[in-house]
Amino acid sequence: MLDPQGKVVSQTLKNMGYKNIINVRQGKYFQIELNETDKEKAKKIVEEISKKLLTNIVIEDYTINLE
Amino acid sequence: MNSSIIVFPGSNCNRDVAVALEKFQINHQMVWHNETSLPKTDLVILPGGFSYGDYLRTGCIASKSPIIEDVIKHARKGGLILGICNGFQILIETDLLPGVLLRNKKLRFLSKNVFLKVINVENHFCTNFNKKNIIELPIAHNEGNYFADNKILQNLEDNNLIAFKYCDEKGNINKDSNPNGSSNNIAGILNSNKNILGMMPHPERLIDPILSGEDGSMMFESLLKS
Repeated sequence: MLDPQGKVVSQTLKNMGYKNIINVRQGKYFQIELNETDKEKAKKIVEEISKKLLTNIVIEDYTINLE
Repeated sequence: MNSSIIVFPGSNCNRDVAVALEKFQINHQMVWHNETSLPKTDLVILPGGFSYGDYLRTGCIASKSPIIEDVIKHARKGGLILGICNGFQILIETDLLPGVLLRNKKLRFLSKNVFLKVINVENHFCTNFNKKNIIELPIAHNEGNYFADNKILQNLEDNNLIAFKYCDEKGNINKDSNPNGSSNNIAGILNSNKNILGMMPHPERLIDPILSGEDGSMMFESLLKS
């Protein structure tokens, strides 16, 4: 999958002298506050909204971290 | 023929579409995105613009608007839907058309006229292009780089579901005539029933010689006949 922005960032880093850069992909990061104390339930809700709205699963993956 | 133009916050081509429909005597009504049902309509048009400021992904927030549920019902009943530019992006996010529209390969907003080859004239939107199959229309987008996996692309090619491909003046379809990096030079696609068309170029912007061309007219003439 071509990621034009990631490619430009990767090339710029190489130009800056970071010779060991192999590849860069750019993504998004969401901080979500939930009114839910049950961790399993919270994870389920975030799974659902990740699939339904936050990512386009044709081109994007997601990972969830609960804190 | 009755048509509905769906207006989202940030739509900016709805009036151009209305002018084009009026010129070809197609009745139209503007429908605000917060409505929950469409008026009696044969054709739904999702116009260009920057719905919701392109937040999250282009067309994504608009695809969750209340009116979209009825637009999907209209689609299932075989009603016509035309998505232009941001409208195409909304159709993709609604899952009414396959694939995805990525940022232009060279990361620049493109605003210029391009040449297109009309690949499929056997659908409600394109019958009148049988008179002329290399046409010129404007594009104005930042995310028009059509991408889909090989299986989807093969299906589009095999079932003649590609309506338009970017080409040069002579009709050559190649890398040099591809403005935004789209797979297979795709500029517009149809769903399998051919009642939904999504396209990045703007037919409504070239409907009169005073606007420097009228190749877009053939689409509205086709719709009027259908």
